[in-house]
Amino acid sequence: MPILYEKRQLVTPGELLAEGNYTAGSNTYREGKRIHASRLGLINYEDKTVYVVALNAFYVPSVGDLVIGKVVDVNINNWIVDINAPYPAVLRASDVLSRFKPQRDELSRIFDAGDIILAEIVAYDRTRDPLLTVREPGLGKVHRGQVVRITPTKIPRVIGRKGSMINLLKSETGCKITVGQNGLILVDGRNPEDEKLAIMAIRKVELESHTSGLTDRLARIIRKAKGGEVSN
Amino acid sequence: MSKSTRKLVNKKGLRVDGRKIDELRPIKITVGVLSNADGSAYIEQGKNKILAAVYGPGEVHPRHLAQPDRAILRCRYHMAPFSVEERKSPAPSRRETELSKVIREALESTIFLDQYPRTSIDLFIEVLQADGGTRCAGINVASLALADAGVPMRDLVVACAAGKADGHIVLDINDIEDKEGEADVPVALMPNLNAITLLQMDGLLTPEEFEQALNLAIEGCKQIYALQKETLKAKYIVIKEEVEVE
Repeated sequence: MPILYEKRQLVTPGELLAEGNYTAGSNTYREGKRIHASRLGLINYEDKTVYVVALNAFYVPSVGDLVIGKVVDVNINNWIVDINAPYPAVLRASDVLSRFKPQRDELSRIFDAGDIILAEIVAYDRTRDPLLTVREPGLGKVHRGQVVRITPTKIPRVIGRKGSMINLLKSETGCKITVGQNGLILVDGRNPEDEKLAIMAIRKVELESHTSGLTDRLARIIRKAKGGEVSN
Repeated sequence: MSKSTRKLVNKKGLRVDGRKIDELRPIKITVGVLSNADGSAYIEQGKNKILAAVYGPGEVHPRHLAQPDRAILRCRYHMAPFSVEERKSPAPSRRETELSKVIREALESTIFLDQYPRTSIDLFIEVLQADGGTRCAGINVASLALADAGVPMRDLVVACAAGKADGHIVLDINDIEDKEGEADVPVALMPNLNAITLLQMDGLLTPEEFEQALNLAIEGCKQIYALQKETLKAKYIVIKEEVEVE
């Protein structure tokens, strides 16, 4: 039996997607020979794998992901970081300081509660909370810019195919944009207007991620908004 | 039991609110009505008005309730003091505690709880106005709120009650039919998997009548399910249409 839907059709949790010799991809599950959706999203398939691109979901940590987090707690030898996931993340003091001594080093001098940090996930499995590192160039405390929060499932859309969308946003708004896989995006521009424009564009991508021709439409809108500023 | 003299089904076969015996009350559902919750939905089913909100999955508080192998689902069914004719105490009653439990059990089996160990999913069902059948309407909104929150689910859960009034088996009973009728059979099911997750009975029915009521309730569930699907999709289809018009 074939797949019951065409590509990019909206499906709801539980809907029967395919029956027969198929593999259940992301956001789907198998019940005997049948494949059902487990989230609201757009159906897609490649070869024999059926999957659903969810329209709304939460972030599930994955090793190697770049994330933007907020320090929520400072302990004796680690920090607890909110990374917008079901689990709190841990950043060890020994990761930041090469010769860490709890008696000597005051951790709140390095990162304090409320600080925004850029970090990478180094370890995570279902029995352990995610572990972070900031020992890579470009990682660590964020000093300037604004953070936008979007649905984590839409991060791939913000990046676009081979980075087409993110490059468009960067070049058109002139902002530095850092995308965290956990749905938080850091926008750092030369002035607040540029940042506002970039945030507006990111929000639009989130809202209209399931429509076609988004990149071109967005390019027009940004240029129009910028044109308006110049003429005013 | 004292019976009122009011006829619940008249000679034309119409009920107190003018419905036919196998007719649902008018239903209106909206998804994503609250911005602070991770997922939310609102339903109006006849005179029932119910709001549902979902948080999570997230850290469990208090910590000791966390399960090492699965997520926990916590459900609070609550009726607002102004939801019934006589002011109801806002403190949870015995009935509310029980409904919280049966609703939780009706929804637990649809969620992939084992995917997110050590977390909790918190579900709040707030009845703003009650007119009979709030547990079913509550399950209907709650499953949409869960889907809106992006919680992975085996299926949506739909619920609908059937009952017996004036000797007739009737669908989706309201408050008067619940109080003055002979029986009430609420049913919740996962329509795609054809599995029942809640089945209760209050009152007296013969085995034949029970089967008839169960089948009628399942028919009602299927009608509501179509509406649930439509509502979930509507939010995104509207955006798509707006964009294409531009």
